[in-house]
Amino acid sequence: MSVGGHQAPPIFRRGPAPLVRLFVYVTVALAMLVMDLRFRYLEVFRQAMTVVTYPLQMAASTPADMVRNASTYFATLLQVQLENRDLRRKQLEAAEHLLRSAHLEEENAQLRGLLDMGQRLKVKSVAAEILYNARDPFSRKVILDKGSQQGIEAGQAVVDARGVVGQVTRVFPIQAEVTLLTDKNQAIPVMLPRNGLRGVAFGAGQGILELRFVEANADIKAGDALVTSGLDGVFVPGLPVASVTRIDREVQAFARILCEPAAGVERAGQVLVIGREAPPPALPPEPPAPPNKSPRRKGAASE
Amino acid sequence: MQPTHRSSRILLPVKRWFVYFSLFIALGLAYIPTGRLIGIPDPVALVLAFWCIREPLHVGMGVAFLLGLLVDVGHGAALGQHALSYVILAYLAEAVSRRVLWFQPFEQALHILPIFLVTQVIMTGIRLLAGAEFPGWWIFLGPFVSAALWVPLHFVLLFPQFQPGERDDNRPI
Repeated sequence: MSVGGHQAPPIFRRGPAPLVRLFVYVTVALAMLVMDLRFRYLEVFRQAMTVVTYPLQMAASTPADMVRNASTYFATLLQVQLENRDLRRKQLEAAEHLLRSAHLEEENAQLRGLLDMGQRLKVKSVAAEILYNARDPFSRKVILDKGSQQGIEAGQAVVDARGVVGQVTRVFPIQAEVTLLTDKNQAIPVMLPRNGLRGVAFGAGQGILELRFVEANADIKAGDALVTSGLDGVFVPGLPVASVTRIDREVQAFARILCEPAAGVERAGQVLVIGREAPPPALPPEPPAPPNKSPRRKGAASE
Repeated sequence: MQPTHRSSRILLPVKRWFVYFSLFIALGLAYIPTGRLIGIPDPVALVLAFWCIREPLHVGMGVAFLLGLLVDVGHGAALGQHALSYVILAYLAEAVSRRVLWFQPFEQALHILPIFLVTQVIMTGIRLLAGAEFPGWWIFLGPFVSAALWVPLHFVLLFPQFQPGERDDNRPI
């Protein structure tokens, strides 16, 4: 084998030259990057490698656990008392809502029965704690202390007391990786409860969201609240997502709408993982192809 | 007498298990969740570069590629991102290994710094091309911290080779 970037004389040469080896490895790495980032083909390979790395990761996370435990251990009595009083007050407030919501839910079920509508979605939830931020500086991901053994599944929504924080993207046996809403590759289907306007919110970096593909003349204004629409079949409908902060209608055909997440996306500690009890209903069958292709645009039919 | 890196101090031959053990420890250090702290050095890149320079016949691009994949999986990063940058790191470290060993540890660190910076730039470029968010210029602080750790690392990783096998008062080791 030749080293040092130099070609060895033929009698000593064993194996390919360094430049050739570099070329081969770089090609393989680039192919893996494309397959992973563009097509997501390598999730099985990643899960298999996790078996090797998992014990080491568990051992390596002990320093972070110690720091976290130490900070709670040294919290003063006064802080705990203040927090306790705050929580009691919040519990009383929540109890009032809870009592009323039980009544409303019953009424809702009766009314739906009268109208022969399907029952509302059954929801299951698991309480979890955010352990730490993932190491990758190019994305916004956190690690939860619950995993597939506690019933967490990929795709479930993660919420805190005020709204959606993110979505579970990878599940390990006793941990799960959550992509936060502010990650640039994260999207969430939302709805405007005021008028039923639907859209998709994307992470825009710097802790804000962007509502894309909404026409410049759409009925939306700063201060509007956005909730999940549930049309994706993954998220539970009606969870608060964000509030609109700024609208720029002068850009192009679509308005540029920036939103502030409702939840403490980058600050949350205790979260709830919410998923659907039953799998979403199957998609309707594909309509038969029209007999002759018309030259009309795709969106023209709806106008 | 001409000073060479071999004559400055007579070293015992390196033990293969120690090379792989140190890489394993570095991998464990890389998995420590540091959150969004800035200026965190990359221990795997550091130890890998060290052995690529010291023992280019034992540690090379193959080991670098494998370690890169393990780091990618552990960090939840794009698969192949660290593998790519570590392979380039190993190639460059091998290429300068004959030259670098003639210098003192501090001067070696100055040779290594550009290599760390190049690999960081490549990694950042790949992720930005894939549409990730630019995390800020502070990510280029990591290579500087890594290079600063080269001098202490030099003594830690060579420590087993400083120890003579059997004690002999007449031998200048």
